Amino acid sequence: MSVMGSFIISQYVLDHFNFWVAVILMMIGLYAMITKNNLIKKLIGMSIFQTAIILFYVSAGVKEGATIPILEHHAAETEQVAAGDAGAEHGSVVGADHDVSKSSEKAPAHEVHEINPDDYSNPLPHVLMLTAIVVGVATLGVALAVAQVIYKNYGTLEEDEILAKIKAAENDG
Amino acid sequence: MKWIGLIAVIFTGGLLLSAMDDFPNWGDAHSPANSSPVSQYYIEQTMTDSGVPNMVTAVLADYRGYDTMFETVVVLIAGIAIMAILRVAKQVPGGAKPTPAHEVGDQHDIIIGTTCRLLIPVLQLFALYVIAHGHHSPGGGFQGGVILGASFILAAIAKGLDPALQRLPEKRYVKLAFVGVVIYVSFGVACLILGENFLDYGVLHELLPTMSAEEARSHSMLGVEIGVAFTVSMIMFAIYANLASKGELEGGL
Repeated sequence: MSVMGSFIISQYVLDHFNFWVAVILMMIGLYAMITKNNLIKKLIGMSIFQTAIILFYVSAGVKEGATIPILEHHAAETEQVAAGDAGAEHGSVVGADHDVSKSSEKAPAHEVHEINPDDYSNPLPHVLMLTAIVVGVATLGVALAVAQVIYKNYGTLEEDEILAKIKAAENDG
Repeated sequence: MKWIGLIAVIFTGGLLLSAMDDFPNWGDAHSPANSSPVSQYYIEQTMTDSGVPNMVTAVLADYRGYDTMFETVVVLIAGIAIMAILRVAKQVPGGAKPTPAHEVGDQHDIIIGTTCRLLIPVLQLFALYVIAHGHHSPGGGFQGGVILGASFILAAIAKGLDPALQRLPEKRYVKLAFVGVVIYVSFGVACLILGENFLDYGVLHELLPTMSAEEARSHSMLGVEIGVAFTVSMIMFAIYANLASKGELEGGL
């Protein structure tokens, strides 16, 4: 039984812990958006929800053992250094490796050869979330501006008090 | 009322968690998102297409140039919307009376003033580095623009909004925000004039004879990122200045 239990835990929780974190954060944000009475607290919930989505996307682009999606662009310089002192201990293997690939195809010197996609994490979710973060800040600013106008006109940010004031104004008019 | 919300939230979360088994494992290099031909192409071909080592910047400013252009426009519209919302509200009579917060901001604290005077130039220099070095190291227009905007906001917090607005008045920051979008669009229009698709930077090498098509892409990305940084930094400051002063642009926090 314990083997079965640990199997289920590893399959449902440990292998997918990034999704668990995203879903739990999303639930916290959604709960705040639905039940909180204060408009600022609703906006805080919206921000938590947004963070959950950002974490979800970024974690979808993770590869085990991969590095950031930025190529090594000093390869040409290290190549020349390695070729310069061929007797160097650590540089010779790298230099020989690069020379082979350099002779096989006539490519520009700055180009990095044989890029393996498994070595770099997925750049696409990073790009999408990069713009989403900035746009999220801008939309949060708009929301705060609307909240400020509501406070100016009604003197409160509590939802039920605003509704009561609106109903009272309707009955008067 | 609260338990209805709790039930809805738990129901939604339970639905999402019940699908957990179908999702790829953490760090799976062969998950559908990671093995899609699009991201494989970005990783393998960015260097040959444009000579830019930072794939995120290349995808942001070149492959998905349209997306980024309209994201910049969204940021600009959000800033204008904030100004519009708060300005209209100014004419509405009644409501809560304004709090006299002016006296608090007028105190000049020597420690805060000196620290900010030392910090702000370094911050702005770092922001320019992040913008200009965006295609060789982590960075780019959005990140550097936000740092640049934060330096203006820091000045506004430390010295009060009025001195900050004397140096960066509303007319100037709105103009600069528009200049950013105009820079971005002008790169696209230049490609159109030279007979290629909108935002297809490769053709811009005809403008400079010594430049190859890859270098033209790389340099156009820098230009586009500068445009993004203009808009983002100015709108960040606009959001702060308008929200902190309830749209009146005086006094501040």
